[in-house]
Amino acid sequence: MRNFMKKIFIGISIFTLIISNVVYASENITVKGSDTIVILGQRWAEHYMEKNPDVSIQVTGGGSGTGIAALINGTTDIANSSRAIKTSEVDKAKQAGYYPEEFKVALDSLAVVVNKANPINELTLKQLMGIYTGRVNNWSELGGENKPILRYCRESNSGTYVFFKEHVLKNQDYAADCQTMPGTSAVNNAVSKDAGGVGYGGAAYFLNEKNIKIISVKKDEKSEAVNPVKPDGKLDYEAAWTHRYPIARYLYMYTGFKPKGKTKAYIDWILSPDGQKVVEEVGYIPLQGSV
Amino acid sequence: MANKNLMSVDNSFEIAQLLTKKEPRRSEWAIEKILSFAGIFSILIIALIFVFLFKEAVLFFKTASPLDLIGKWQYDEYEGKTVFKIMWQAVSEVPKYSLIPLMLGSFLVAIPGTIIASFFGIGSAIYLSEIAPVRIRETLKPTLELLAGIPSVVVGFFMLAVAATLIQNIFHTKFRLNAFVGAIGVSLCTFPIIVTLVEDALRAVPKELRDASYALGATKWQTIFGAVIPAAVSGISAAILLGFGRALGETMIVVMATGNAAVVTGNIFSSVRTMTANIAAELGSVDHGSEHYYALFLVGAVLFTLTFFINLISEIILNRMRQKLRM
Repeated sequence: MRNFMKKIFIGISIFTLIISNVVYASENITVKGSDTIVILGQRWAEHYMEKNPDVSIQVTGGGSGTGIAALINGTTDIANSSRAIKTSEVDKAKQAGYYPEEFKVALDSLAVVVNKANPINELTLKQLMGIYTGRVNNWSELGGENKPILRYCRESNSGTYVFFKEHVLKNQDYAADCQTMPGTSAVNNAVSKDAGGVGYGGAAYFLNEKNIKIISVKKDEKSEAVNPVKPDGKLDYEAAWTHRYPIARYLYMYTGFKPKGKTKAYIDWILSPDGQKVVEEVGYIPLQGSV
Repeated sequence: MANKNLMSVDNSFEIAQLLTKKEPRRSEWAIEKILSFAGIFSILIIALIFVFLFKEAVLFFKTASPLDLIGKWQYDEYEGKTVFKIMWQAVSEVPKYSLIPLMLGSFLVAIPGTIIASFFGIGSAIYLSEIAPVRIRETLKPTLELLAGIPSVVVGFFMLAVAATLIQNIFHTKFRLNAFVGAIGVSLCTFPIIVTLVEDALRAVPKELRDASYALGATKWQTIFGAVIPAAVSGISAAILLGFGRALGETMIVVMATGNAAVVTGNIFSSVRTMTANIAAELGSVDHGSEHYYALFLVGAVLFTLTFFINLISEIILNRMRQKLRM
């Protein structure tokens, strides 16, 4: 009988241990969204969990739209986004009972890339618009070789797709023959193989690519051509901060409510010099004044 | 002796008793019901998918008009006039949900894919069933069937990474990833289906027919093309249709190998966006209940209806053939 009681006692203590473990593990933070930020997000999570072993953070990609949709559906604590939230999404969130809070967590210069063999070195925003809306179809129209232009863009769930559409295409439609690629690395791969290819994506992705050239972008005919990368091969922070480079963007994190507890501590750390140091390591541009 | 006889009588009585026992019948009844439930269940699932798909798809017309499925009039600032835009551009100021580029894309991949697969599929089926010696058939057939076991993502990856560049170098196409690359990938998937079904159809042709042909002095080739294939033609066409249905529904290969540009084109070397690839690429990110969400369900419903009728027709053809050959 005594033995039996002992067994029950041990059983109960194991059970409570498991239960407490479940409760303990449920204090984790889920982060979902932009594929542009997914590597940065994972690096942040790793660094943060090293310092705070009691927090567990899960970071997944899927696209900015996916992340914000998950925030509205209540399946993630933080949504990563490479574009600002749309008013329609804020409305939808409010209907679902959420009040999204925005945090600018880093900057990213969007690079326009062509094949290394392409002699084009700079383009105006207007020329880029012409290329991507399908009005300019041959590189010779822009002073290049007589080669058809092959446009590569991203899937419509990508924040990069939306940002480029708003800031370069001025909200016009992409040309129908834009080949949509599932990620920046796929764009990189395609442009490095196609001599007539053109693509866009976060500048950091293209820094060490041998078959790819990052071209300079001019706001208009008269303004200077600015390259998102300095001649020494490093990202030009100054150009992004001052918006001298016309297609630099903020990267955002959104929470469903004003963050508190563990989520707040995590976001505060990201905005601190410690967190911003990770931004630099990964290849994005830290917020002005943090370095 | 008499005792023994009595024993056997006793035994036979026991057997009769066993046969009339109630319990085994009851379990038989249960098994019968379970099996019939399993059969009906699949019909139930199909019906449920049908209802769910169409229920969601119909909601598209709550906010959009049927004309939107063809194109949309929009003012083009650059051209300075209103143009009829036939395009799929769901994330846009004025979203456009034309099914035409997607359907063209699907057919531009599925039709050439089926033609390629049929050409090789029927050829190998004839070889397997009529010409090949038993030993070769015994190794060749399982090998062909192994092809069906290759995950389509692997085929897609192969097309994307290796075959696409090779094809571009041969045909000097503008797009590296195009409908033709997708069609070849898809044909690899439909090929085993067509081989198996065509071989079944050829083998179902009665031996008497072949013997009669030989008796009339026909050669082997004359027998194959004059007697066996005409007898199996309905089975062959059913096999091609089933392969076509499979090709239309193929997703992973076309996502990876066709470039996914929703172009309105009849050029097989152009990049295309198929219905399946479009759903796969966009459904993951769309908000539930938006117009875009219902539009994707509508695409799914159209695809489902198409493949459903293709499969139905081929089933009918196959049934007819079976009845004809039984006579």
